[in-house]
Amino acid sequence: MASLKLTNLRKSFGTTPVLHGIDLELASGEMLVIVGASGCGKSTLLRLVAGLEEPTAGAIELDGKNVANLDPAQRDIAMVFQNYALYPHMSVFDNMAYALKIRGLSKQDIATRVQETADMLGLGPLLARKPRQLSGGQRQRVAMGRAIVRHPKLFLFDEPLSNLDATLRVSMRAEIKRLQRRMAVTSLYVTHDQVEAMTLGDRLLVLHQGRAVQLATPMEVFERPANIYVAGFIGAPAMNFLPGALSHGGTAVTLDIGPVIPFADGKRPEPDGMKLTIGIRPEHVVANPAGLELQVDLLEPLGSETVIIGRLSDGTMLSVKLPKAEAPAERMNVGFPPAQLHVFDAATGLRLDPG
Amino acid sequence: MNGRTDWTAHIVLGIGVALFVLPVWLVFSASTQDAAMIGRGELSFIPGAGLDIYWKVLSEGAPGVAPVWHLLLVSFGMAMSIAIGKITISVLSAYAIAFFRFPFRLLCFWMIFFTLMLPVEVRIIPTYAVMAGFGLINTFTGLTMPLIASATATLLFRQTFLAIPDELVEAARMDGAGPLRFLRDILLPVSAANIAALFVILFVYGWNQYLWPLLVATDSRLDTIVIGIVKMIGADTSVEWNRVMATAVLAMLPPVAVVVLMQHWFVKGLTEGDK
Repeated sequence: MASLKLTNLRKSFGTTPVLHGIDLELASGEMLVIVGASGCGKSTLLRLVAGLEEPTAGAIELDGKNVANLDPAQRDIAMVFQNYALYPHMSVFDNMAYALKIRGLSKQDIATRVQETADMLGLGPLLARKPRQLSGGQRQRVAMGRAIVRHPKLFLFDEPLSNLDATLRVSMRAEIKRLQRRMAVTSLYVTHDQVEAMTLGDRLLVLHQGRAVQLATPMEVFERPANIYVAGFIGAPAMNFLPGALSHGGTAVTLDIGPVIPFADGKRPEPDGMKLTIGIRPEHVVANPAGLELQVDLLEPLGSETVIIGRLSDGTMLSVKLPKAEAPAERMNVGFPPAQLHVFDAATGLRLDPG
Repeated sequence: MNGRTDWTAHIVLGIGVALFVLPVWLVFSASTQDAAMIGRGELSFIPGAGLDIYWKVLSEGAPGVAPVWHLLLVSFGMAMSIAIGKITISVLSAYAIAFFRFPFRLLCFWMIFFTLMLPVEVRIIPTYAVMAGFGLINTFTGLTMPLIASATATLLFRQTFLAIPDELVEAARMDGAGPLRFLRDILLPVSAANIAALFVILFVYGWNQYLWPLLVATDSRLDTIVIGIVKMIGADTSVEWNRVMATAVLAMLPPVAVVVLMQHWFVKGLTEGDK
């Protein structure tokens, strides 16, 4: 139960910079999800906090104390690894008890704490087993248990669910959230899975090429993505992007393909003619007989909904998510509701808000 | 495979077994026969007089040679010291090379690697000189120590250690295990099968040593069983072949016992990684 503060945290491997100065503050008990594509530096960030890598520059403060130069063991941080990293020769009990044993707790205290944790995770009957006798989901639980039993200041999760099958992933996701709430341990959770990111985090940090591009609540990241990268990364299927230009005194966009759409949220102060990228999520595109014609290439039925992937008259790809009944066969006409537009500066990729 | 007996395979295997077993059987059979009979060249496949000879060689040996129990003891001590010593040293050096970043790490690695080209036979004179310089000729230490350094075992353990997932090392670090604790609590148990397999190989290697013991230990108190057999044959004209054969059978037993006892581990260590 501790607060975490990262200040200008940098890491380079040789001459290759991996993290370009990350600033971050976590309140006690908060769960922050770090999300990004592979190679964005998210695992490196986690490993810096864990103490498994040494930062090139910057500070890591845990409860106001800089731990950047401490050994992992002295930081009182627990980590759940992607491949669980259970000790193969130890029973479930010993796996969970190992850290406590090293700290010199009495046998009785260890037994009580392990039992408590095991009961909480439903591992009670498995304590005598070896890791190889467990299923993937059970191993995952043991890895969680090994972290929980220590009552650490900070939990680190390194893509803990990515080795599980889809069904198990959903139930473990719910369980992690429940446990984290219940124990109120400050947590950093790294994932590339946007569903995990959206559902688990109190806040979300989107990393892109070693830079923090947005730090906000999941809903805010979804509703007001800070730039084109975030907009395209969060949400499935991915957001559509259409080129256009600012017009009508900053109150509307003229899409390159023709239509003029007025801004629902107000006037942009920038000069007319400025190049824009307009984003609209597939689920926000509507069928509109007076709208643009869409040539349907592919239908992806998802059950209750259908994703339509097609091309506009100028060849721009567009995906549309519609209720099943409304799915067309070959072509349809689509409209873009003004209230659902995301406006980005085409040159910088940054979000453009009304001034 | 398909339920039918494959006779060809059985015959080939049978011939193979016979080729391996017959000489051993001949030795055993000869050991139970009368010395004079063997001397006349009448070696029978059927065991003769009985097993008293084993008790006799164990307790009294042969002319000019220590009792066989003593030879066995020296050999066993030497083989154990070599096997355990080699494993200890190579585990430690492989641990350093595989897990730690220190200056000249690669140089150290290649120097160890290089000694593969310098077995005892090649460096026997300088090694003898060094041992003589330390005053270790005719001592048990002198007998075993030069045989302990081992590049092969170090390289083998290095490979084993490199195959251990990084996450396991990191998990232990996060749990607060220091280097020695990690070695003891995680690394050694995880590598137990490899250690056992190597132990078998090294024990047999130590047991079969001939050249070095011959050179460094002229005192008959330090005769190994291999040296003992040679001395029995070379003693004088009237070699008691039944004694020699009985000693040879006894000499075979400990390595066989080690292999049989550790067979399970041996196979496991060579075939699967328990990781």
